[in-house]
Amino acid sequence: MTSALQHPHPTTALRLGSLRKGATAEIVGLDDSAVASALQPGELERRLIEMGLVEGAHVEVLHEGFPKRDPIAVRVNDHTVALRRAEADAVLVLVLTTERRPR
Amino acid sequence: MAADDEAPRVALVGNPNSGKTAVFNAITGSRQKVANYAGVTVEKKEGVFVSPAGTRVRVIDLPGTYSLRARSPDEAVTRDVVLGRMDGEEVPDAIVFVADATNLRLNLRLALELKSLGRPIILALNMMDAAEKQGLDIDAAELSAELGMAVVTTVAVRKGGVESLLDQIDRTIQVAETEGWSHVPHQCGWSEPGSRELRDYTREVERILARAVRSPAKPHLATRRLDTVLLHPVAGLAILFAILFLMFQAVFTWAELPMELIDTGLAALSAWLTGAMPDGPLRSLLVDGVIAGVGSVVIFLPQILVLFFFIQLLEDSGYMARAAFLLDKLMGGVGLHGRAFIPLLSSFACAVPGIMAARTIENRADRIATIMIAPLMTCSARLPVYTLIIAAFVPDRAVLGGWVGLQGLVMFALYAAGILSGLLVAFVIKHSVLKGVREPLLMQLPAYRLPRPRNVALGLYDRGKAFLLRAGTTIFALMVLVWFLGSFPAPPPEATEPAIRYSVAGAIGHALEPLLAPIGFNWQIALALVPGMAAREVAVGVLGTIYALSEAGDALQGSLAAVLAQSWSLPTALSLLAWYVFAPQCLATLGVVRRELNSRFWPLVMFVFLTALAYGAAFATFRVASALVGS
Repeated sequence: MTSALQHPHPTTALRLGSLRKGATAEIVGLDDSAVASALQPGELERRLIEMGLVEGAHVEVLHEGFPKRDPIAVRVNDHTVALRRAEADAVLVLVLTTERRPR
Repeated sequence: MAADDEAPRVALVGNPNSGKTAVFNAITGSRQKVANYAGVTVEKKEGVFVSPAGTRVRVIDLPGTYSLRARSPDEAVTRDVVLGRMDGEEVPDAIVFVADATNLRLNLRLALELKSLGRPIILALNMMDAAEKQGLDIDAAELSAELGMAVVTTVAVRKGGVESLLDQIDRTIQVAETEGWSHVPHQCGWSEPGSRELRDYTREVERILARAVRSPAKPHLATRRLDTVLLHPVAGLAILFAILFLMFQAVFTWAELPMELIDTGLAALSAWLTGAMPDGPLRSLLVDGVIAGVGSVVIFLPQILVLFFFIQLLEDSGYMARAAFLLDKLMGGVGLHGRAFIPLLSSFACAVPGIMAARTIENRADRIATIMIAPLMTCSARLPVYTLIIAAFVPDRAVLGGWVGLQGLVMFALYAAGILSGLLVAFVIKHSVLKGVREPLLMQLPAYRLPRPRNVALGLYDRGKAFLLRAGTTIFALMVLVWFLGSFPAPPPEATEPAIRYSVAGAIGHALEPLLAPIGFNWQIALALVPGMAAREVAVGVLGTIYALSEAGDALQGSLAAVLAQSWSLPTALSLLAWYVFAPQCLATLGVVRRELNSRFWPLVMFVFLTALAYGAAFATFRVASALVGS
């Protein structure tokens, strides 16, 4: 398992689940240890990789659900994945641009 | 056929939304059949085609998956068939990997995983027309060399769009035949990849794409623009509910005419049989058992087809995943998965297709919770009973300042009671028996596509056939049983009461009477409930028989309502309404639960908890109403 600590910029890494609509970021690590899940340990990490959420991928939060802005729709390189913020917290990202100003 | 058993078998594997089923339809046309794999309720789609070189080839369409590591029963089938672990299934001779060309990065990882199996693989780059429109420029020869597998491009929805694939299947078969099929090992050395292997595959895909792709496909802009409206927290939900409302309306209005035609046809058929055959048990079996019983289920076929027409359109266009996205948080409040809404919606027409639609839910606990509450959505078979009792007991007057009719308000309350109790039951189930954190929602939102009439038609045909087959087997057997219970033994010659009173059903009804007395049911109701198990609305006809009325249809309802208003107390009537909201008065539903979950335990649980709910609700209603009325 790659943790954020192995990355050169651990202090600036955020969790994908905390991003708002419009933010773009690059994935720098996966860490599902803090995510409550019905799955076996490490299973969420593998599923995320299978959906393209892996180190180096570029992501953009496209849409937010209702209520509580959950789940979120995330563009991952060429495709779009819907996931809940709880599980998105297993994805560590470096933010490239933050959200657009609210209209 | 013996010849078919020796024909080479090709398995279609791919990600969901890669157009795999369209490729399957394009290759096999109507020469396909849908069955079930032994032991699991996953559909097995198999077809045959004759290749350009004249070889008969069998094709199996496997459920879409992102990985050979299975998460749902569907994906387990794909893994087991590909690995040759499925009972009664041989290892496929070759694999056609169908990839969405607009989305290679995600698709090729699975292709690499499949390559480790050592089977001949053909990579079909599907939806090539859309990919080129989005600017994809790919070096197929380079891709083939890097991947070490044959690569062809296809546009499955275009006429002749799979010819290159058919030619390549021929070449692959030829190579395999010269080298000998037996070379291929029968148990493959696949082991579940860990996160390290998955990352390695991902890096390898990046390396290959960097070499073979001259210009990548740009994201689908129309999809993105549509989604800003369709996934909008307010507008998106409003549009979703508008679509659902339209669908609900169509199920009732579009299906009305064909349902009347079926009804008239069945009535004519039974009238003809009554005239053509001598009176006796055989005629009674055919007319009262087979035609009346199976007919009362077949009559829902138009509603089911309209419903599945909408569902197929929503699925093919890519909207279904959006609906799950929009509703996930709201349904999550009671512990249900976003995907549960379609099964529940279907159940307002009939719980049988609703329960079948729950197949799309990956997690078994989520699926069971959805199936358990499906019968609480008021199905259309309950309407005749509701209408009858409301007409008899609820005065036709306006309330709330003249805006709302009291009768309509009661009907609405009955629907609402079903929905609210369904949500409550789901909440209780998900916080007790089927506890656990919800299955993660990790779902691709595919690009929007126009549904193809041919694929919609083939899908509707499959579903209509499955429903009729079920009506012709399981439901038929149940109906014959109920008819038998209601007809034997025959009444004695000096009988003064209706024949059913002397039958086994009558005996059961009488035995049940003391049990049902606390909730205010008399023996006539108890008796009507027994054949009502076959189909809820049959109870109305039985009540007519018991109260010795000879009218049929609307006339029966009218005069029966008058008789009931005379002979039942208001608390009894309200108690029966409460009973009908919950009671598992439908053997077909229990039968389909048993089939879909492949379990005898869950239909039993459903029967017990719904009966307990019905009894409790009817008891409370009867007692409270009695105290208020003062009878």
